[in-house]
Amino acid sequence: MKLYLKFFAINLKSQMQYKATFLLNIFARVVMSFATVAGVWFMFMRFNEVEGFTLNQVLLCTAIIMMSFSLTEVFARGFDVFPRLLGNGQFDRFLVRPRNIIFQVLASQMEFARLGIFIQAAFVFIYAIPRSGVVWTRDKILTLFLMIICGSLVFFGLYLVYASFAFFTVEGLEFMNILIYGGREFGRYPFSIYGKGILKFLTYIVPLALFQYYPLLYLLDIKQNAFYMLLPPLSMLFLLPSYAFFRIGLRRYKSTGS
Amino acid sequence: MKKYAALFKIRFINGLQYRAAAAAGLSTQFAWGFMEILAFSAFYRANPAAFPMEFSHLVSYIWIQQAFLALFAPWGSGGDAVEAIVSGNIAYDLTRPLDIYNRWFIETAANRVARAALRCTPVLFVAFILPPPLKMTLPPSLFQLSMFVLAVPLGLCVVTAYSVIDSISTFYTMSRYNAIFVIMADFFAGGYIPLPFFPEPVRKVVELTPFGAMQNMPLRIYSGDIAGPDAVKGVVLQIFWFAALLLAGKMLMRKSLKRVVSQGG
Amino acid sequence: MITLSNINKTFKVAKRQAGFGRAVKALFSREHELVRALTDVSFRIGDGEMVGYIGPNGAGKSTTIKIMCGILTPESGACEIDGRTPWKERVAHVREIGVVFGQRSQLWWDVPVVDSFELIRDIYKVDEKLYKRNLDELAALLDLGELMKTPARSLSLGQRMRCEIAASLLHSPKTLFLDEPTIGLDAVSKIAVRQFIKKLNAEHGTTVILTTHDMQDIEALTERILLIGKGRILLDGSLEELKKRSSERKTLVVEYKGAAPEICFGMAVREDKDGRLVISLDPSILSVSDAITSLAAGAEITDVSVSGVTAEEMVASLYKEYRI
Repeated sequence: MKLYLKFFAINLKSQMQYKATFLLNIFARVVMSFATVAGVWFMFMRFNEVEGFTLNQVLLCTAIIMMSFSLTEVFARGFDVFPRLLGNGQFDRFLVRPRNIIFQVLASQMEFARLGIFIQAAFVFIYAIPRSGVVWTRDKILTLFLMIICGSLVFFGLYLVYASFAFFTVEGLEFMNILIYGGREFGRYPFSIYGKGILKFLTYIVPLALFQYYPLLYLLDIKQNAFYMLLPPLSMLFLLPSYAFFRIGLRRYKSTGS
Repeated sequence: MKKYAALFKIRFINGLQYRAAAAAGLSTQFAWGFMEILAFSAFYRANPAAFPMEFSHLVSYIWIQQAFLALFAPWGSGGDAVEAIVSGNIAYDLTRPLDIYNRWFIETAANRVARAALRCTPVLFVAFILPPPLKMTLPPSLFQLSMFVLAVPLGLCVVTAYSVIDSISTFYTMSRYNAIFVIMADFFAGGYIPLPFFPEPVRKVVELTPFGAMQNMPLRIYSGDIAGPDAVKGVVLQIFWFAALLLAGKMLMRKSLKRVVSQGG
Repeated sequence: MITLSNINKTFKVAKRQAGFGRAVKALFSREHELVRALTDVSFRIGDGEMVGYIGPNGAGKSTTIKIMCGILTPESGACEIDGRTPWKERVAHVREIGVVFGQRSQLWWDVPVVDSFELIRDIYKVDEKLYKRNLDELAALLDLGELMKTPARSLSLGQRMRCEIAASLLHSPKTLFLDEPTIGLDAVSKIAVRQFIKKLNAEHGTTVILTTHDMQDIEALTERILLIGKGRILLDGSLEELKKRSSERKTLVVEYKGAAPEICFGMAVREDKDGRLVISLDPSILSVSDAITSLAAGAEITDVSVSGVTAEEMVASLYKEYRI
């Protein structure tokens, strides 16, 4: 942990060397996520509700997915640029250092400029939290936190899968975009609006709905069973197969080195 | 002209090499379009009367958008030009007997066409054999189809001219990230939600800007959402914006190059 | 102690083809070919040895280094370094080695070099006292001084390489792998790097394994050479031995005025132009002094120089000999 903070400091120091670029990047990200929010907003100017959710309820959902995604994007950046780490030999450097590989990938790359989405999400929270009609009890606040944290861990799992594929091929990783960026973009609405099939897929296979949809029902008092509170932690099980896949990829890399 | 054709060909072949990337892009775009349609159909169920387009028009809009994503999306095509400016290699480009503006325009357009060429047919093929309401329909008339055939290359020209201006602006910002230009274009051209879903007053203004002359035009002409004389007006608007952006780009390029030369690169 | 026995390694490589038709064809099928990177590679390197590992590009140098560093796993064969198999006990193994990749940096680009050093100290858990001692010593020997306060991006290649080497030695490794450490450096930096490596080996007994294309590196540093070509170890011996073996011929450069000197048995003319004569001499037939005497007898000689084979020429002739 202490070492992680050292890495944190050196990353921050590096990026502060280019303050103008840094601020420009943050701003670009704020604008980009604003476009998503504006899209939602425009839709609700025309339609008052979708699948029983109102604008303010949907915005809550939008902010949750954006915030959890941005945490992953900032802190798991190393897995996002993983093909590059393999290509420029930085990954080999990690292999000749006496530390855990995943730790090194996480610690060596943090992209604070990606906090732009986080900032935008915070604005949306400020707008939507008082208007969503939720009575913010201790349990509800806890649920909200679990949704964000576990959400970013599920996204981290997806990044791990993405990186694992990079061990096998440098091309064609784009299909992971539908899960990673698709998860973020389509997660702006509660996943139930896409129908039962999609919801099942996002419950049992890639558990994005476990931290986004079900606990949202609990927040909004549509479901009162406290079980829904525990679904976000359950979604972290996704990390197990992701990690296993990464190990397989790593073993292959060590035998081909390409 | 021959050298530009050669340039186009090199870029095109280069784009074809990435087979796995194309396959992956294909499945991504297919899944993306599918999810978009599901989302819109949820809104349709909520209030069919408030839906500003016919649903089948929207379905065609989304499938063509996904099929031609690489053609019309404002991002990710000016990379080499921007890199040349930031790294200073532009000085080397200046020594070649090619007009830099034309070269960038051709390269950007060729990149787009190559990537779209591989991806569009399979996406459209699948879109045509899907069961309704996901199924893509044929254009309502031969007239609409021919207007569509005109509007596609014009839309490409407008978005490419816009991209090149974006690249040229790197001379001034010296930054690889001009994301705001791109996001603005993506949003107002109907990349996030089609223009008919914008609030009325916003839509009316945006439709007159160059953004309205990009993918918005071909995608809506195809299904007949913009029909008859409106389609003709639309194509004329595209020609106007293409000419305007081309002129503006060339002027801006000339001014920027003077700057580069006087600064000694 | 490093022992490699019968290491084998094969790679699968996709063929890239040129031309429009082929590019389209490659969309649907892509040919692969198997490339044998290493075949039965075996050698033993004792503690404190300095070994130059040479061979043309693609011969398998980097692959061998990667296997010894634990980055790659071979298909078959054994590798033991200080009693450990690198790819089986990665963490314990890499703590004892230092690696410099000549064309890659391990320094953080935008922060002062010393910040990178401190991070490396923490990564290797080097204790503060040892770190200070090592840093002081390295800074003095490599003349780092002010460089450490500079961000890596503003250093020249030579300055950066000195810092890279220091970074790889902060944890006092027993073995140092140098993959083309002098590539792209100017003459002064090359000499500084060589002197440092020599000193390191002499004073700390660090085992040094060096790959390079620069034969002056080899000449200056290593007693022992391993020559690899097409994945096989072709030669293992001392530089002097190899020189003798490959050729004992001397080169005579003679400058003369007027008529050309007479050539006698044991000499071969390589070049004769504008009063400058280059002769290759076999000393077992004709001694150098006899040769000069006989040349001087028939013509007016203004200048003579005698040289043995350079390492560069030797390696070139070795490559030729083994057709690699």
